[in-house]
Amino acid sequence: MGDAHDAALGARAGRSDRAVALSGIRITFPSRDAEPFTAVEDVDLSVADGEFVAIVGPTGCGKSTLLNATAGLLTPSAGTVAIFGEPLSGLNRRAGYLFQAEALFPWKTALENVAIGLEVAGTASAQARQRASDWLTRVGLGAFTGRYPHQLSGGQRKRVGLAQVLIRDPKILLMDEPFGPLDAQTRQIMGNMLLDLWNAERKAVMFVTHDLEEAIALADRVVIMGAGPAARIIGEWRVALPRPRDISEIRLEPAFHALHKEIWSALRDEVMKGYRQAEQAA
Amino acid sequence: MTRLRLLLLQVLVAVVLIGIWHFGSTVKLPAGILSAKSIYLLDPFFFSTPLAVFERTWRDFYTGVIWYHLGITLLETALAFAIGALGGVLVGFWFARQQMLAAVFDPYVKMANALPRVVLAPIFALWLGLGIWSKVALGVTLVFFIVFFNVYQGVKEVSPTVLANARMLGMSERQLMRHVYWPSALTWMFSSLHTAVGFALVGAVVGEYLGSAAGLGYRIHQAEGVFDVTGVFSGMLVLAIFVIIIDAVVTAIEKRLTVWRPTSAGHS
Repeated sequence: MGDAHDAALGARAGRSDRAVALSGIRITFPSRDAEPFTAVEDVDLSVADGEFVAIVGPTGCGKSTLLNATAGLLTPSAGTVAIFGEPLSGLNRRAGYLFQAEALFPWKTALENVAIGLEVAGTASAQARQRASDWLTRVGLGAFTGRYPHQLSGGQRKRVGLAQVLIRDPKILLMDEPFGPLDAQTRQIMGNMLLDLWNAERKAVMFVTHDLEEAIALADRVVIMGAGPAARIIGEWRVALPRPRDISEIRLEPAFHALHKEIWSALRDEVMKGYRQAEQAA
Repeated sequence: MTRLRLLLLQVLVAVVLIGIWHFGSTVKLPAGILSAKSIYLLDPFFFSTPLAVFERTWRDFYTGVIWYHLGITLLETALAFAIGALGGVLVGFWFARQQMLAAVFDPYVKMANALPRVVLAPIFALWLGLGIWSKVALGVTLVFFIVFFNVYQGVKEVSPTVLANARMLGMSERQLMRHVYWPSALTWMFSSLHTAVGFALVGAVVGEYLGSAAGLGYRIHQAEGVFDVTGVFSGMLVLAIFVIIIDAVVTAIEKRLTVWRPTSAGHS
């Protein structure tokens, strides 16, 4: 019934396939002692339902800011955010957000952390815990349900975070450098796990990273942002690599290398620009 | 360092201090060393002797006189802590969520907190009489501020990421209170629990000392009034044992309630 309702709304807006549509987004932060800081400017970006989009850019280009605007955690200074054709007001109830920093509740066990998303929505505690336990098993943490976050490794905490977000079955998944602090091997394992989960039930994904290889390996489409301030989108590439993919193997494909080289030549200039700006500021 | 060795060293400190006290107060120095007369290094009239103090303490417990006074002091401490902590938690929460209110009351809170509480004791005695409630009130004024400041801080310093995550998971304001602000404030409160309980006891004993008819503070004051130094030291000894036991209980409660914290010993 919910789906039919969505489809009807989408049909009225004529964009049922677009899970996220950002248009003309500018985000400016007031600053006490200097000019207001514009993080991103004039950004148009849309993500189709079930599409995996990776956003890549140099540090400080406002990638996270875009995610926050899509999540409804901040309101853009200009432009509109539309979710399945409807303008977003307040929090985005259809999105799940996997944060870059530690976001688990340290006073809850892994099981409680995952179950909480269902419990606050009114699911009975026993049932929520049963499903949380299933989800923890799915992310390979079936034996760690009673552990507190500080008793888990960084990678395990990210898995709990993933289960915590996915258990609510969001239609849109926002991920802000989720595997940033992990070591290279763990990142590959986490990446493959993410792709498996995403293959099972395709959600629209906005995946922010500064790692171009990771972006190409995971995504259907790679969006490159320029250096901040007032960063813009400077290009996007469709990744035509076959699925299902294995992250560690796909890096050896010639097509991967060709695409990587092509995107990197565009990105490099922006990275250098960012460096120069940082040097001038210092 | 092993536990056993630590314990031995801790006991050694007590033995040495009591040894010096015993020696100074029981062995007369021969004439001609420090003064013309033969004297005690620590005159027993002013310092009593360890044996006399232990004997008096033992007798107080043995005959049962002290239990009543201990009970009164314990009751006052518990009431002061419960009322002060409850008030501190409620007001701390309220202020942290209502920035305007906190800003308006800020100078008054600081003023009230800076006031030496001893000067309030006569006023409480006047208002509430010489029974337990004037002591409880004194303890409350001490406990309240410690808990208040910690809860206020705890609610204000919730990690913004954890908060954003809770919002994205669909929590309402009430659920945020229950699942995020409350546990966070509790951890800060527990880190001040030892201090708060200690201050509740200080409030009770000081209140008793300044005017009452029962309690450990009253016992010490009575002994002082008749130059009974043994009685004063015995009262202090009972107080010290009392404090150690309360502290152990608080530590046990703290350990149970903060199992999720990486190192509960890290905070002081």
